[in-house]
Amino acid sequence: MNKDYTLRLSGLEPLVITKETNFVNVGERTNVTGSKMFLRLIREGNFEEALAVARQQVEGGAQIIDINMDEGMIDGVESMVRFLHLIGSEPDISKVPVMIDSSRWEIIEAGLKCVQGKCVVNSISLKAGEEEFVRQAKIVKRFGAAVIVMLFDEVGQADNFERRIEIAERAYRILTEKVHFPAGDIIFDPNIFPVATGMEEHRRNAIDFFEGTKWIKDNLPGAKISGGVSNVSFSFRGNDKVREAMHSAFLYHAIKNGMDMGIVNPSQLEVYDEIDKDLLEHVEDVLLDRREDATERLLEYAEKVKGKGKEKVIDDEWRKKPVEERLSHALIKGIVEFVEADTEEARQKYAKPLEVIEGPLMAGMNVVGDLFGSGKMFLPQVVKSARVMKKSVAYLMPFMEEEKRKSGDHSTSQGKILMATVKGDVHDIGKNIVGVVLACNNYEIIDIGVMVPAEKILETAVREKVDVIGLSGLITPSLDEMVHVAKEMERLGMTIPLLIGGATTSRAHTAVKIDPVYSGAVVHVLDASKGVPVVQSLVSPELREDTKKRFKAEYEQFRIDYKNRRKDKNFVDLRKARENKFKATFNNIVEPAFLGNKVLEDYPLEELRKRIDWTPFFSTWELAGKYPAILEDKIIGVEAKKLFIDANQLLDKVIKEKLLKAKGVIGFYKANAVGDDIIIETFDNPSPESHLSPKSQKTAATKTQTFHFLRQQNEKAADQPYFCLADFIAPKTSGIQDYIGMFAVTAGIGIEPIIEAFEKNHDDYNSIMIKALADRLAEAFAEKMHELVRTEYWGYAKGENLTEEEIIKEKYDGIRPAPGYPACPDHTEKGKLFEILNAEKLAGISLTENFAMYPTAAVSGFYFANAQSKYFAVGKIAKDQVEDYASRKGESIEWVEKWMAPNLGYDN
Amino acid sequence: MNLTDILKQRIVILDGAMGTMIQRHTLEEADFRNEALKDHPHPLKGDNDLLSITRPDIIKDIHRQYFEAGADIVETNTFSGTTIAQADYHLEHLVDDINYYSAKIAREVADEMTAKEPHKPRFVAGAMGPTNRTASLSPDVNDPGYRAVTFDQLVAAYKQQAAKLIEGGVDVLLIETIFDTLNAKAALYAVDLLFEELGKHYPVMISGTITDASGRTLSGQTTEAFLISMQHAPLLSIGLNCALGASALRPYLQIMAANSPYFVSAYPNAGLPNEFGQYDESPHAMAKQVEEFCKEGLVNILGGCCGTTPDHIKAIADMAKNYKPRMISVTA
Repeated sequence: MNKDYTLRLSGLEPLVITKETNFVNVGERTNVTGSKMFLRLIREGNFEEALAVARQQVEGGAQIIDINMDEGMIDGVESMVRFLHLIGSEPDISKVPVMIDSSRWEIIEAGLKCVQGKCVVNSISLKAGEEEFVRQAKIVKRFGAAVIVMLFDEVGQADNFERRIEIAERAYRILTEKVHFPAGDIIFDPNIFPVATGMEEHRRNAIDFFEGTKWIKDNLPGAKISGGVSNVSFSFRGNDKVREAMHSAFLYHAIKNGMDMGIVNPSQLEVYDEIDKDLLEHVEDVLLDRREDATERLLEYAEKVKGKGKEKVIDDEWRKKPVEERLSHALIKGIVEFVEADTEEARQKYAKPLEVIEGPLMAGMNVVGDLFGSGKMFLPQVVKSARVMKKSVAYLMPFMEEEKRKSGDHSTSQGKILMATVKGDVHDIGKNIVGVVLACNNYEIIDIGVMVPAEKILETAVREKVDVIGLSGLITPSLDEMVHVAKEMERLGMTIPLLIGGATTSRAHTAVKIDPVYSGAVVHVLDASKGVPVVQSLVSPELREDTKKRFKAEYEQFRIDYKNRRKDKNFVDLRKARENKFKATFNNIVEPAFLGNKVLEDYPLEELRKRIDWTPFFSTWELAGKYPAILEDKIIGVEAKKLFIDANQLLDKVIKEKLLKAKGVIGFYKANAVGDDIIIETFDNPSPESHLSPKSQKTAATKTQTFHFLRQQNEKAADQPYFCLADFIAPKTSGIQDYIGMFAVTAGIGIEPIIEAFEKNHDDYNSIMIKALADRLAEAFAEKMHELVRTEYWGYAKGENLTEEEIIKEKYDGIRPAPGYPACPDHTEKGKLFEILNAEKLAGISLTENFAMYPTAAVSGFYFANAQSKYFAVGKIAKDQVEDYASRKGESIEWVEKWMAPNLGYDN
Repeated sequence: MNLTDILKQRIVILDGAMGTMIQRHTLEEADFRNEALKDHPHPLKGDNDLLSITRPDIIKDIHRQYFEAGADIVETNTFSGTTIAQADYHLEHLVDDINYYSAKIAREVADEMTAKEPHKPRFVAGAMGPTNRTASLSPDVNDPGYRAVTFDQLVAAYKQQAAKLIEGGVDVLLIETIFDTLNAKAALYAVDLLFEELGKHYPVMISGTITDASGRTLSGQTTEAFLISMQHAPLLSIGLNCALGASALRPYLQIMAANSPYFVSAYPNAGLPNEFGQYDESPHAMAKQVEEFCKEGLVNILGGCCGTTPDHIKAIADMAKNYKPRMISVTA
């Protein structure tokens, strides 16, 4: 049988060692017996720096790290456990497997209990007899670790060829036959002893190791070989030049004979081919015992070459480096501090200011772009890099203008990109991020802002001769506007490639709705990191046509698949969905404390800050993960932490200087459901000052307003209800009086001057930051307001007592769905809501013609108090509901199809 | 015929979600209590494992529905059946009963179904969840060296659970929804100790959870690293469940299928949760995606996790009939 003897180890990532694998490098610096520095750090309890030692090894190429805590002055078990735990939180380190190294069994066993990957135990041996050997081997096997077996038995250490094979064979038989240890997981350490000691019996030390290794590999199937290499050069301590040559030469021969892995300090290793030929000959004479006088000759030679060997130059004082490197460093690290001085220095050094941009600045940004593209840098870092770039360019600008005047125009960029948020939409965080990232890649960005009508987009594109148009949008009606822009481009016979992006857009929508109406290239871009390569290929004259064809073909295929898939979607008809509506109970209805509207002016931001749900904040920055765990994330934790600190500093400032203002309006009204509609009783002149007590309300003049809702129609399992928000309000026919609440809140009052100031200073990082924070504060305000409504203003859950976390997890009764979101996807219902709340006047929030709210940091919606109410997604709806909805709203079917396009479960 | 023989012949079907089915009953605090628990000072609603004792009728009915939908194996209602997980409800003392009775009622339904259809024997897998603590991660951001649970505590808890599941009559043990490999290693360690004590081995199934699009477990391991860390024990199967929907699971399942010397299992969620954390992929849609696994020959065992129902399992079982199981090409 062809047995699998592959040695598979793992940290966070796999390490698979096969016959074909090159030598595996085991890091040795995290060993208190081998490194005085490491011992000192552990003894002082300075685990942070001890971790840095481990990290350096992995960065330096160690594929496994050996950890040893065997020292009389330290608590070995405790130190091993603590260090392994800490490594576990450092993905840069724990990506590689560990080798738990100890001569004390209790340390090994404690270590094994801390490691999730498949590690190596270093070591066990027959020193204390077969029984103990078997006992330990069984435990190692139960933990699923590989094992290093020292060639040592009851008699002593194997120090010649015969003893090596005798002990190895015996240990191998016991392990494979008695313990049933996987042969591929057995690693022998055949003892590397020093050569050139001057003692006759040491002359064959290296040769016996080589031959023993070869014998084991030939005779004990699956077994691997490891060893500590530095031992061999013990006689030449202090002469690094010779030691390095000796290590390399030893390894060269050991590997040829089958050595698989070893403990080596990579910085103490010369490249075999680069060893001085003379020195190599002397060293190999000793290793291979080729001459009687080999040792004397090498000692003599060593005196001559006594030098320092390879020494790592650590220079973190980057300020002393040439200006190009300083600029590059500043760009990669996002340091703005010195950028103007460095730019000036570079400007004087180069013939033209333009050369500074095309030279050192672009070189630095290319590194940033590559790192970002390969996932080694994250968005917040890139935006910081862009800030450095912009500062530097801004500094050079006046000089370039001057230059231009002298020499005539000269365009430097790779291409011009026009970016705009479409008409009716005001959201621009995503667009700005993409713009920044593209600018980093040397594209000239012409950003014409938000709410830009198609005509202006196209007119600007033609005038500026742009290479690509990028459209962005966040609310669903923007999808339709994008289709409109594409149609206009087609009508005008344009060929400029069109990029589509933004939270509401999708590959599906782009492929099915936008791509077919425009014969030029149309590409949906998922996020900033994906945008650059797409733009590159669309701008490149060589790739342009092919790229267009590729995307056209891809979207064509998508449309075909989509059509086929659509046939699978089953809808129940509206009648059946209504029959199976959600049957809520209405026996605990609480009358709101007042009816009418109430304004909350200037709500304290420090209160809202406590309520911020940070997770979406990080996702705005394309850092995925839950807060607070994200701060400790193995990959993005460091950047997330920095971002979090920056965000909180800006928040401190905003709160202290009262830069933003939170304002909101809420209202409660009598309501009952009629079918899928909710009819509410409002007053002629709802005013905040005179909200009515339930009693006086009885006498006020009333009128009614109707909200229309949609019902789920996607086929479900037999006993599952089809939800509609109207199900949560008592039906008129029940005779029970029910109530509904409404709200509109913002935390974005006063944001414009802040953004302006940042943008003036070329600080996209903070400009995006303030918008993202205002969004979070608005969400927090909505959450806080909901709580106040539950416990006080409506008061249907007066006794509620929830923690912040429970609130974020929505453990309370009642919901606050917003028009335009999944439970009521129709944005146009927002119009009536704003009218009743008088939100523009009372809360300072206005609506665009497509019902986007401005300021964008705003939330509005309904309050449902019923304890059984819950969030759901309406999903796709069938034609029968569209027809019914149109007649309920008194609009045409086409009108409904236009506004509800993303929810249509059929082609129109 | 034993399970291994069947696995060589066809794709074996595992059941779907227990929690989703329990949610269909609107259960109240009273449903989670019996005479012995009537004065238990802590709320018990939500402790689904407890229902095996207080409402065995509901749990048995769910098992029956899954068997009738086409499942060969049902999982016992013991996802949180360890002293560590039950500590949330202060019910550590009931852990033996939870596991024993959960196994017993699942066994009863399986035997009842097997008697009805002797050509299709039904099996019971003793479900061992991940507990609610992680042995390789610190819950305290300020102290990355801290651990809320030790390997030894996990071994003790898992050993107790496994012993009672076996006593209650399960055919296999299923260590599932593994988000931290060290927890699962403790479980493997525990069952190995237990088997040694019992002098008898039971088949063990392993199922890990890839938590996000980076393709890693919560504790940070890649799929292949996870497989390597688990494959030292002789396993019946190894695979992936939960967290992702079927299509998102596929690339990681391919890695499993290419490298695993054991049978490969997959029981994904019914799609990704929507904006409200609900799983709403239809049975048909899910079966279509899972069909890709079968077409590629990636799996030996198929089932469903969060959001799946007997309808989903039926759709998957009906589909899987048309495909051959994965061939094991890697030797252990």
